Amino acid sequence: MRSLDNAPPASAQAGLKDTLQQQNYFPACLCRPEQNMTVQMPNQQGIWIQANVVKKQWLSPDILRLVLEYETKFNFFVGQLINLKRPDGLIRSYSIANIPHHENILEFHIRRLPDGQFSTWAHDELEIGMELTISQAQGSCHYLPGRAEQPLLLAGTGSGLAPLWGIVTDALVKGHSGPIHLFHGSRDPDGLYLRDEMREMAMEFENFRYTPCLSGDTAAADYARGRAYEVALSSAQSLKGWRVYLCGHPEMVKQTRKMVYLKGASMNDIYADAFHVNPAEK
Amino acid sequence: MSATQDTTLNETLFDKIGGAPAVEAAVDIFYRKVLMDYRINRFFENTDMDTQRAKQKAFLTMAFGGPNNYTGTDMRNAHARFIKMGLDDSHFDAVMENLGATLEELDVPQELIAEVAAIAESTRNDVLNR
Ligand SMILES: Cc1cc2nc3c(=O)[nH]c(=O)nc-3n(C[C@H](O)[C@H](O)[C@H](O)COP(=O)(O)OP(=O)(O)OC[C@H]3O[C@@H](n4cnc5c(N)ncnc54)[C@H](O)[C@@H]3O)c2cc1C
Ligand code: HEM
Repeated sequence: MRSLDNAPPASAQAGLKDTLQQQNYFPACLCRPEQNMTVQMPNQQGIWIQANVVKKQWLSPDILRLVLEYETKFNFFVGQLINLKRPDGLIRSYSIANIPHHENILEFHIRRLPDGQFSTWAHDELEIGMELTISQAQGSCHYLPGRAEQPLLLAGTGSGLAPLWGIVTDALVKGHSGPIHLFHGSRDPDGLYLRDEMREMAMEFENFRYTPCLSGDTAAADYARGRAYEVALSSAQSLKGWRVYLCGHPEMVKQTRKMVYLKGASMNDIYADAFHVNPAEK
Repeated sequence: MSATQDTTLNETLFDKIGGAPAVEAAVDIFYRKVLMDYRINRFFENTDMDTQRAKQKAFLTMAFGGPNNYTGTDMRNAHARFIKMGLDDSHFDAVMENLGATLEELDVPQELIAEVAAIAESTRNDVLNR
């Protein structure tokens, strides 16, 4: 369960992932409340919020940056996901790519999938000014301050960059001082969108390093060869003490999570979002 | 902790080792060892990591003498399908070895390690369905 106002007692949250603790989640069976709490079931959709499309920009031939402005203020962390609902009711999850603004803005990176219902519609038919309904933010893949000197490793493919880029920005803004290594992978150079922005950020922040990886046949200077996850894994002898974020292709996320753990990262320090695509769903 | 434990003056083994936080620290090390141990990792392959980890915690809590509700029959049922996969004494010994190495890595004193080993050892016949 989750408390929407007062924090549950620390004893009720023992063993829970830190990001979930921060969001006031707790297992009901362990909690002896010490103050009043308004509670909600974990996956209860809660309130839907109205939002307007304010910007559409293509970051690469198949990645759309979609910017929404929402009406009611709500809390979120960059890297969490939001469910977007089309007027006909079709729902898909997308990761938040921007840190909270005072202007009620949300940014998403939506990859066009061949015959993908929502993504194709977002790319081709959704227009500036149109209304969408959005859920509140969910998920535990986000940055938490504290342990600012801890090294961070982030790896993702395709639009998995959306939350990772956001998390990097968040960490830097919050003064993370340890090394931050981001690995982004794609088959071809087009898929490595935002690479100029990443490189600029790497110039500006000494502790931030960006490694674009190409797994396809094209060989190019300035790119690492191979899959982002493999390049990331082989970049360090041991990942003991590292905090790791993995986003994108579900099978890769799953396997890499295990490899990262075996290389020494503590399970509590691994945050992962698998971008499951569910063709059976409407 | 349960009421029965509060009434004893002596600290329980579970408390001496460090209670739930010690389980939390141990599971990370122990589960990694198990997954990397070629003698036994095949038993742990096809399961979801989060579920596995929860079960490893149950195992460690039990071995540390902590609060749990497992009976001998539960142990038999939990491991019955691994018997069909060939689970035997050699695998049990490997788990014991990983358990001991984990506690050593955490600097748990030898006499406590021996107590933990004794508890785990006492489940051998149930785990191996004998
Ligand atoms: C936690 C999470 C975060 C996510 N974050 C992002 C993000 O930031 N950016 C992003 O781009 N995506 C993200 N996703 C994925 C996203 O939610 C959608 O799944 C994705 O955009 C596809 O939706 P769609 O409606 O376009 O495709 P769908 O219509 O759902 O189809 C999916 C795929 O299946 C194929 N397909 C459809 N029907 C069939 C069929 N009958 N037989 C065989 N194949 C079929 C389609 O061609 C398509 O390739 C995330 C997912 C999760 C779970
Ligand atoms: C040393 C004594 C052992 C004890 C006390 C013990 C205890 C446990 C416990 C408490 C569970 C969780 C059961 C549940 O809640 O479902 C479990 C599950 C499991 N045990 Fe053991 N175990 C022991 C030895 C072994 C050995 C030797 C192996 C194999 C090498 C093994 C393999 C497993 C596996 C694979 C599971 C997971 C089952 C599942 O996923 O459902 N165990 N064990």
